[in-house]
Amino acid sequence: MSVKQLSIFLENKPGTLQEMTQKLSDHQIDLRALSLAETEGFGICRIIVNDVYEAATVLKDEGYICRMIPVVVVPIPDEPGGLNRVLQMFKAASVNVEYMYAMLDAPEDHSATMIFKVDDVKAAEKALRAHDLIILTQDEIADM
Amino acid sequence: MSQYFQKEIECASRNEIENLQNEKLVKQVQHVWDNVPYYRKKMEQKGVKPEDIRSTKDLYKLPFISKADLRESYPYGLLGAPLKDCVRIHSTSGTTGKRVVAFYTQEDLDLWSDCCARALAAAGTTPEDVVQISYGYGLFTGGMGLHGGSEKLGSLTVPTSSGNTERQIMFIQDLKATVLCCTPSYAAYLAETMKGMGLGPEDISLKAGILGAEAWTKEMRDDIEATLGIKAYDIYGLTELSGPGVAYDCSAQDGMHINEDHFIAEIIDPETGEVLPEGSEGELVFTSLDKKAFPLLRYRTRDICSLSTKPCSCGRTFMKMCKPRGRTDDMLIIRGVNVFPSQIETVLMNNGYPANYQLVVDRVNNSDTLDILVEMTPEMFTDNVGEVSRRQKDLVADLKSMLGIKANVKLVAPRTIPRSEGKAVRVIDKRKLLD
Repeated sequence: MSVKQLSIFLENKPGTLQEMTQKLSDHQIDLRALSLAETEGFGICRIIVNDVYEAATVLKDEGYICRMIPVVVVPIPDEPGGLNRVLQMFKAASVNVEYMYAMLDAPEDHSATMIFKVDDVKAAEKALRAHDLIILTQDEIADM
Repeated sequence: MSQYFQKEIECASRNEIENLQNEKLVKQVQHVWDNVPYYRKKMEQKGVKPEDIRSTKDLYKLPFISKADLRESYPYGLLGAPLKDCVRIHSTSGTTGKRVVAFYTQEDLDLWSDCCARALAAAGTTPEDVVQISYGYGLFTGGMGLHGGSEKLGSLTVPTSSGNTERQIMFIQDLKATVLCCTPSYAAYLAETMKGMGLGPEDISLKAGILGAEAWTKEMRDDIEATLGIKAYDIYGLTELSGPGVAYDCSAQDGMHINEDHFIAEIIDPETGEVLPEGSEGELVFTSLDKKAFPLLRYRTRDICSLSTKPCSCGRTFMKMCKPRGRTDDMLIIRGVNVFPSQIETVLMNNGYPANYQLVVDRVNNSDTLDILVEMTPEMFTDNVGEVSRRQKDLVADLKSMLGIKANVKLVAPRTIPRSEGKAVRVIDKRKLLD
């Protein structure tokens, strides 16, 4: 039950990110997480939102190019070794982490929620479940 | 199945065509000598008299007419008929300096309509067809030229002119237009707009496009054919000679047949002016054989292409010209290297990018720079920065090997490069502001 992230193409110049957040704001779309990857000329903005289908429709209608990308969203205890344990599970399952970033809000106290883009979502989820870790669903993200 | 408008001449023997050209050339040279003092003076300066021109073999003796001559003689200096016999003018879009005005007698217009009707017929158009003319009407020759041809052929003619894209699409749908006449860049824009409205080739009845008035590549043709579900036929012409219909694609879609009963084509070395043998690439020069109001002899088009009289599968015997590789004045000289926008378009499309691009040439620290703005497309976008960058680097490498110089590729957001309803503005040369 992976979560869908939206990846959006943006030109790397002043104002482009704000113009995009303006569109989301105009449609009452709530951001749960955001990460930017940039090169000299362009950037890719990755977002997790409360309503991914509404957000994708709004952005496409406004002429943005975006893709839905499955990611794994996992609450991790906020303590030494918390992230390390998850990464060990991925390593043991030969799952490669392409990039990761953190959620803005934590669903419960003393935990951080991390978003992983991996090469094999199914293998990653299986490894986490085998160790009884919680994997957030699209509905849980919407209800946060 | 090839169709003809005037089969007798379109499929005449080479011998007949040459004899007709010889006969018409002698008369036309006399007409110009008698009626156009500006050209007569040029002939006198070169020591040529009408009696020196007995056949097309003597053509090389005549002086050239260049765009500069047209500007110098503006507006009436090259007029070849009394004003009372002239019924219309057209004018060039004037992108490179002063406008050029060309004149037409009623007979000139009739012959021009024949030329356009032949082009439409060669693309399979019949009186059963609904022909939508989305070229601009007015001073530009595109709209009224194809309009005349379509009416002469007897097709239902829809004079939408350019612009108002949604209305264009409405007519294409409601009237079930089967043939579309416009610039290639506007055809691509119509296809893109239709796609945005959720319409595809299966929702329209178009079968053919007569697309011209600007340089376009084979790759762009393939793209337009796929997105509109049509066969795209090239058409060539210049206001100076009449307008579209000087040459046109046939069912073979492999070079444009020149209406040789009205025009003689030559290829010359643009540097020396020397006539080059058939098959050589060089500057295209036209002599108009029938135009009375604006009779240009040996007009230098600045288009770079080659000619061929090899037999064509369509049955036409008229000589073919290849798609012009570019105009000598479209050619950019960047760090001393000749660059044609059409070369860049080919590389872009081979790499999966759209044909909507813009070239920005500038001079930084006394060195020329070339930036190519390319729009990102859903197909070319991935979530992986490395992948998008790698594609960008591949494009830069392919451009380098095609052009011989390095260009910077800037990926821009969709629909940020302005669309044009007529001729696309592909090049912004900031160096001109510096000089």
